Amino acid sequence: MSVIDIRGLVKAYKGGTLALKGVDLSIGKGEIFALLGPNGAGKTTLISIVCGIVTKTAGSVRVAGDDIETDYRAARRRIGLVPQELTTDAFETVWDTVAFTRGLFGCARDDAYLERLLKRLTLWEKRHSRMLELSGGMKRRVMIAKALAHEPEILFLDEPTAGVDVELRRDMWALVRALRADGTTIILTTHYIEEAEEMADRVGVIRGGELVALGNKAELMAQLGRRTLKIFLDAPLAALPERLHGWDLDLADGGRELDYHFDSKAEETGIPRLMRQLDEAGIGWRDLTTRQSSLEDIFVSLVRAGDAS
Amino acid sequence: MNPRGMLAIYRFEMARWKRTLWQSVVAPVLTTALYFLVFGSAIGSRMSDMAGIDYGSFIVPGLILLSVLTQSVANASFGIYFPKFTGTIYEILSAPLSPLETVASYVGAAVTKSFLLALITLATAALFVEVRVEHPLLMLAFLLAIAAGFCLLGFLIGLLADNFEQLQFVPLLVVTPLAFLGGIFYAVGTLAEPWRTVTLFNPIVYLVSGYRWTFYGVADVPLGASVAAMALAILLPLLAIAWIFRTGHRLKQ
Repeated sequence: MSVIDIRGLVKAYKGGTLALKGVDLSIGKGEIFALLGPNGAGKTTLISIVCGIVTKTAGSVRVAGDDIETDYRAARRRIGLVPQELTTDAFETVWDTVAFTRGLFGCARDDAYLERLLKRLTLWEKRHSRMLELSGGMKRRVMIAKALAHEPEILFLDEPTAGVDVELRRDMWALVRALRADGTTIILTTHYIEEAEEMADRVGVIRGGELVALGNKAELMAQLGRRTLKIFLDAPLAALPERLHGWDLDLADGGRELDYHFDSKAEETGIPRLMRQLDEAGIGWRDLTTRQSSLEDIFVSLVRAGDAS
Repeated sequence: MNPRGMLAIYRFEMARWKRTLWQSVVAPVLTTALYFLVFGSAIGSRMSDMAGIDYGSFIVPGLILLSVLTQSVANASFGIYFPKFTGTIYEILSAPLSPLETVASYVGAAVTKSFLLALITLATAALFVEVRVEHPLLMLAFLLAIAAGFCLLGFLIGLLADNFEQLQFVPLLVVTPLAFLGGIFYAVGTLAEPWRTVTLFNPIVYLVSGYRWTFYGVADVPLGASVAAMALAILLPLLAIAWIFRTGHRLKQ
């Protein structure tokens, strides 16, 4: 069952920038979804529209069946947002600012819940500190506590680990896993591919306001993945012989290695023919290995394709 | 409805007021006390009655309004501008609150502050000069209406402002001059023509006159005109804010 349903979402900013060009996206309940994309691809715009901070130009967004415009109260109550920027009220205490958010979203006071939440985020000792006294990492934790203050079903994390130290990053992922275990749906944007690979059930790649790839990791690999055959040569080659110019080949490691790129889904990989031609050209080799492209390779190639177009 | 959400904003704004009590209460009360010392005691003692009222007493309602007008605009504009400036507005925008609830929460808190400030100023004035209030309920009702109008104006300014300078523009260059020329320190009838006529184009004249009437039963302009001015002071900024929220202009991209 999808908990977020986005149809034909378009956003044109006043300056004329077309930030989203008709995005369709469904996110399932309890899923961890990663939205990948370079800066300016439209990730934050997409999140901001769902959360009610930016108005859409066209299309529709439903949160658990509730339209974000006509049933905005029901839709927004379900959502918690951790924005990219550390924006806090400098003079408020940790406790007050988290309690404020809970009230703002219409929830009754529940000190026991807030206590558990602050302890979970190792903020309990700091509950009487004012925001301006906290380090950047602590402020980030407070932002997460605020987003969770009203017990949302859906949590948006916009670039959650940008500029975050190792410890906080590890804590954050532990928290994300625990939240998912509680049934919370988590949508995060990132340009750290390892994060998406490690954490997300599904990944969407956004580029220039369009969703250019979508699926779970294995699907994306199958859809867009390429394999590389590495051939370790007996003797280094100064240049590729002319008869091999028609092949997608690169020389690597000072000419000691020949890399052949091929489509893993293709019926004919061309490997037997390539090996015969190597023999005919008198190029000897001693070992072979194949490598599947990583999500990062896929991402980079998708983004490059966009730059070229 | 989201009454808890409204209460959260209201409390947040009142807490901000308590944190800055020196700036938001003590400073305006001190300023008003200085006015009484200078205009009431030092100069006022050498002046004849104004509209049949002792000069020191005459200026009390106007001075209360002077601090209410300036503080309402300053407080309400800052209340909404600052979250815009720091970025914390994201939370308000993503909350399950209607635009009307958001305005009512911020403006409600600002009106409360102005109302309390007016009563404190009145108590301060009573220490210096003799003050009597002929229509206490109407005095409170008019005060509430005028505070609401100028808090809405302040909220509107806060919505529109792009920087701190713009935030200060209206209070310093529009509200304060109009208030000083709005019949706080003199009765309109004491002015010579053409100034007597010119001054009637100043909307604050109508507010001060109506408010002073609730104290001493004398007015520069008909009471109906004063009530109409109060209604307009509320209605005009309210319509402008409604338009801004409906179009998302200035708050949402």
